[in-house]
Amino acid sequence: MRNSTASKSNHLPARGEGPPLAAATPPKAVEHEGLTAWLMSDRPASRRQAALGRAYGGCRMFARNRLAMLGLFIVLALVAVAVFADLLAPYSAYTGDLRTTRLLPPSWTHWFGTDDQGRDILSRLIHGSRITLFVVLLVAVLAAPIGLAVGTVAGYAGGLVDAGLMRITDIFLAFPRLILALAFVAALGPGIENAVIAIALTSWPPYARMARAETLSIRQTDYIAAVRLLGASPWRIVLRHIMPLCVSSVIVRVTLDMAGIILTAAGLGFLGLGAQPPMPEWGAMIANGRLYVLDQWWVAAAPGAAIFIVSLAFNLLGDGLRDALDPKGVK
Amino acid sequence: MAVPDPLALSPAPLAAAPRPAGPSRHARRLKALGRFGVVIFLTYLGLLAVTFFIGRVIPVDPVLAMVGDNAPPHVVARAREEIGLNKPLYAQFGLYLGKVLRGDLGTSVLTSNPVLQDIRRAFPATLELASLGIVLGAGLGVPLGVWAAVRRGRWVDQAVRIIGLVGYSVPIFWLGLMGLLVFYAKLGWVGGPGRIDVAYEFTLTPVTGLLLLDTAMAGEWEAFANALSHLILPASLLGYFSMAYISRMTRSFMLNELAQEYVVAARAKGLSEARIIWRHALRNAMVPLVTVIALSYAGLLEGSVLTETVFAWPGLGLYITNSLQNADMNAVLGGTLVVGSVFIGLNLLSDLLYTLLDPRTRAR
Amino acid sequence: MNHPSFPSFPLSRRVLCASATAALLLCHGTSALAATPKDTLVIAFGFDDIITMDPAEAFELSAGEVMGNIYDRLVRLDVNDPSKLVGDVAKSWTVSADGKTYTFELRPGLKFASGNPLTAEEAVYSLQRAVALDKSPAFILTQFGFSKDNVKEKIKQTGPLTLTLETDKAYAPTFVLNCLTANVGAIVDKKLLTANEQNGDWGYAWLKTRYAGSGPLKLREWRANEIVALERNDNYYGPKPPLARVIYRHVKEAATQRLLLEKGDIDMARNLSPQDLAALSSNKAVKLVSAPKSTVYYISLNQKNPTLAKPEVREALKWLVDYSAIGETVIKNIGVVHQNFLPLGLLGASKDNPYKLDVAKAKALLAKAGVPNGFKVTIDMRTIQPVQGITEAFQQTAKLAGIDVEIIPGDGKQVLTKYRARSHDMYIGDWGSDYWDPHSNADTFTRNPDNADDAKAKPLAWRNAWAIPELTKKSDAAVLERDAGKRKKMYEELQAEFRRTSPFIMLYQKTEVAALRSNVEGLTLGPTFDTNYMFRVAKR
Repeated sequence: MRNSTASKSNHLPARGEGPPLAAATPPKAVEHEGLTAWLMSDRPASRRQAALGRAYGGCRMFARNRLAMLGLFIVLALVAVAVFADLLAPYSAYTGDLRTTRLLPPSWTHWFGTDDQGRDILSRLIHGSRITLFVVLLVAVLAAPIGLAVGTVAGYAGGLVDAGLMRITDIFLAFPRLILALAFVAALGPGIENAVIAIALTSWPPYARMARAETLSIRQTDYIAAVRLLGASPWRIVLRHIMPLCVSSVIVRVTLDMAGIILTAAGLGFLGLGAQPPMPEWGAMIANGRLYVLDQWWVAAAPGAAIFIVSLAFNLLGDGLRDALDPKGVK
Repeated sequence: MAVPDPLALSPAPLAAAPRPAGPSRHARRLKALGRFGVVIFLTYLGLLAVTFFIGRVIPVDPVLAMVGDNAPPHVVARAREEIGLNKPLYAQFGLYLGKVLRGDLGTSVLTSNPVLQDIRRAFPATLELASLGIVLGAGLGVPLGVWAAVRRGRWVDQAVRIIGLVGYSVPIFWLGLMGLLVFYAKLGWVGGPGRIDVAYEFTLTPVTGLLLLDTAMAGEWEAFANALSHLILPASLLGYFSMAYISRMTRSFMLNELAQEYVVAARAKGLSEARIIWRHALRNAMVPLVTVIALSYAGLLEGSVLTETVFAWPGLGLYITNSLQNADMNAVLGGTLVVGSVFIGLNLLSDLLYTLLDPRTRAR
Repeated sequence: MNHPSFPSFPLSRRVLCASATAALLLCHGTSALAATPKDTLVIAFGFDDIITMDPAEAFELSAGEVMGNIYDRLVRLDVNDPSKLVGDVAKSWTVSADGKTYTFELRPGLKFASGNPLTAEEAVYSLQRAVALDKSPAFILTQFGFSKDNVKEKIKQTGPLTLTLETDKAYAPTFVLNCLTANVGAIVDKKLLTANEQNGDWGYAWLKTRYAGSGPLKLREWRANEIVALERNDNYYGPKPPLARVIYRHVKEAATQRLLLEKGDIDMARNLSPQDLAALSSNKAVKLVSAPKSTVYYISLNQKNPTLAKPEVREALKWLVDYSAIGETVIKNIGVVHQNFLPLGLLGASKDNPYKLDVAKAKALLAKAGVPNGFKVTIDMRTIQPVQGITEAFQQTAKLAGIDVEIIPGDGKQVLTKYRARSHDMYIGDWGSDYWDPHSNADTFTRNPDNADDAKAKPLAWRNAWAIPELTKKSDAAVLERDAGKRKKMYEELQAEFRRTSPFIMLYQKTEVAALRSNVEGLTLGPTFDTNYMFRVAKR
């Protein structure tokens, strides 16, 4: 039987974590003071205290994970770069000289070289972090909840609702993404905001399918039965009990998808739905650099490396969040 | 022992739990099959309808591909008449549906061939590529994910994570071109872009369209080796791409399983670690993992336009994208039908596999 | 900490390694066959624009090239001197005194690839067919007054090897003959088409994907977006092509074409970018062949936009393009700066390129026009190079004078649809001549008979709402001028006025470059897309 908020003392660490037999005995009681003691108390007096205590425990667990902290640090650095772009960029991201500064290799004057319009790539990278972050976060925030909701409802309800929702999911999955993008261009005109909506509308189905798969396994468990016997309505069960258990895999998938979203935005740029030149959006920079891959490798390499690092950071962050948020996890 | 299942949700099974005296099992099966058929039909209908109506909205003039930019206006008007653009939308859709139900997917404006013929040529190319890709991807991804989960937190875990991330976040055209540059141009280990060397182009009579199969069936082993050498690099690329994702998800699911108490119990009972991991934990992790692999496979079958462009692979991705950019709606709808069928088929397959792998998900 | 080993893993790892090695050995062993066969020319070319193999319908660039190699016509351009004509199936021709009747005498003993004889009957059938089917390129013939109703009288067979053509006006003979060199004038196999006719369609449905010609090469197979295979035609009347086969492989990506060429898996790459060409110029195994093409690139200003309609604004924008910088970088090797609507090589083409980047002058003109601080405008652009590079450069130089250019990217057909609907502000695009005569470009740049929204003719001037009754008259006069010297002068005047007042910023003329393996010889690229003769190519 899986425990949701089991007490710490019963947990035995998984293989490979911590000394083998010593953990069979409960951990030494640590003296806490004041607020910390209140948060970490074994006997919370109110629901709020329990909830806050759990959040605090989650934060502590997160902080203990060094890699997750590294991920968080990189993400915060990215946000800082985005906010202070004007101060940090050495040159203009929008102007360059065709004659003198075109396609220069990386050097001390231009750390990442220049692109085919003579613009400094580092400056473009810095200014582009804003747009890229915006796109990525917005899509994640839009697509993941929709997918999670559809998947869990379908998995829990079963029968006709499940079949109906899954068929709608299939329709969205099979639908050519480009046609939606073109339709958006027709209806709303060019621009990156419309690209975000288009990408989000076609990104949620995989989350839905995954959430449904997890829900199918979870819904037969005893504790769900217990909650139902207590009189919980299906909505409450789905929202408060099933969704939190599915969140972890969705988070992992979302963090993996970050890079994919940026690259999809780049692809949509070809159709007129995406960053309009000369916007230094990273995906557009990579798409541009495609023609110079063999000889002037730096044009695509810099934004590619940036995307990789951001992807890595979100991935580490996501893993840490997953461990911290997981109700089944260690405190 | 017909104990009503307290965990069942819909009222029907509760009533059905004691063997009913009503309709026979046969009739019930037929009814389920019928309902299933209706649902599938509705899915296709929905897919086609949405694609069709959106296709008429996109800002591309479909006659441009047919007559070109320099055509005199009366030629343009005649072309519009020919493809029925002057009829009301519903009439057009109805006509199209009628033809589809008779097996006629229409003619492609761009290739002057029946769409069915075009797809019969494009889809096997993608099928071959995607299948080898998913075999490599899952074949490598699952063991790597398990390994990373077992060695959680160690350098193996991080190494697998980094390798996976590189595959997932680096643009696929870059990986493709670099792969070609290194393995084809510099080292000469694999065949170049294209499905097969020009020398074998006209010596083969395509039967299935799957070159590996056709050459093997015809006993042309040189051609087989040649086709394989052309296939291996793009398939590895796609495999690497899906391996990244599959290994991450495997790791995640395995971590969930390894945290369960039955693992502790099994260890306490004295089972070997390998047995626990492969026979018990992985089997349980397979249920959601099957979805992941099926989704990846379906994604690959949709055809990756960029891979097909870089490797000059005449597959479904290029076909649908090219048709879409020219508003060749018959081809787009035909391609969408194929892709839709792939997704529906794979979803059903994975649903079936759930019930096989996890008794808990079997129908009440 | 003792971690258990993976009993199952090493085994599968071993198996994996073994199969990988086996696969690699297998693949390596076949790379010896990688080089192209000695009697086959393999060309990497992007031809996803081919939609038909019927010369009466084909209008696209790639189809044009294939047609030029597989079909004969009455007369052809002399590739070495495009101002001259040579007879193809016609041995000789005369023009009547009144300039309206053309008489052709064909070579005797000609045969189609199918073995059927080629006589005047087939030539007449071919031309009548093109007019009757009235597809996109038919206007090249119907502009001489032919129509479905009168073509049977206007184009007649007068003997076993003679035929006559009667035009409605006395056009310049070079004009009429140049038009007959176009693919629409190809001679098709009447017997073969009549045998495969469906409901009196002149064999149209059959010929879309098949072949009925007499050219030096014959079409073996066309697999859309994959391969076009041509073979030597043993029934050709002229010198036999040195190579037995010419195969076009559809490869869209320039980098892929380059890798294939460097490795030797193809003999010719046709769509390389300036960077690739620069890199290959130092490669000893590869040589480059280039020729100017009759395609011109331009930025056009929609006169429906009130600001762009002001003459000073039109001129100011022409001073805001850095032509020389673009010429040295973005279009290096693939184009030359050219500020006229007639491409070099055509009769009367002007070499004057008066404009250059002059921000001060542009600003003064803008002040005169009443917009001293610039204005906002959009430009529709296809997301391909070099068009994108030029647009971005223009965006930057225009900003220097205060003009805020917003780029609206789009895919090819999408942008074209918007352009044809006149719903753009500015547009960057290109125009390729339909046939080798100055009227092909004049017809579209300097003629706009009806500027209304529902006009019957929609040339480029119409698309930009440029009302030019005077220029239209002048262009019409130029096409009827039979004296070559006088005609040349008229076009020079047209170009001078066009440079001053038109809403077209002419940018450059295309140069086509083919990269070949050094053992490939005999390739001359012609000025139009149907004069790239692959049948003269040989391999050492």
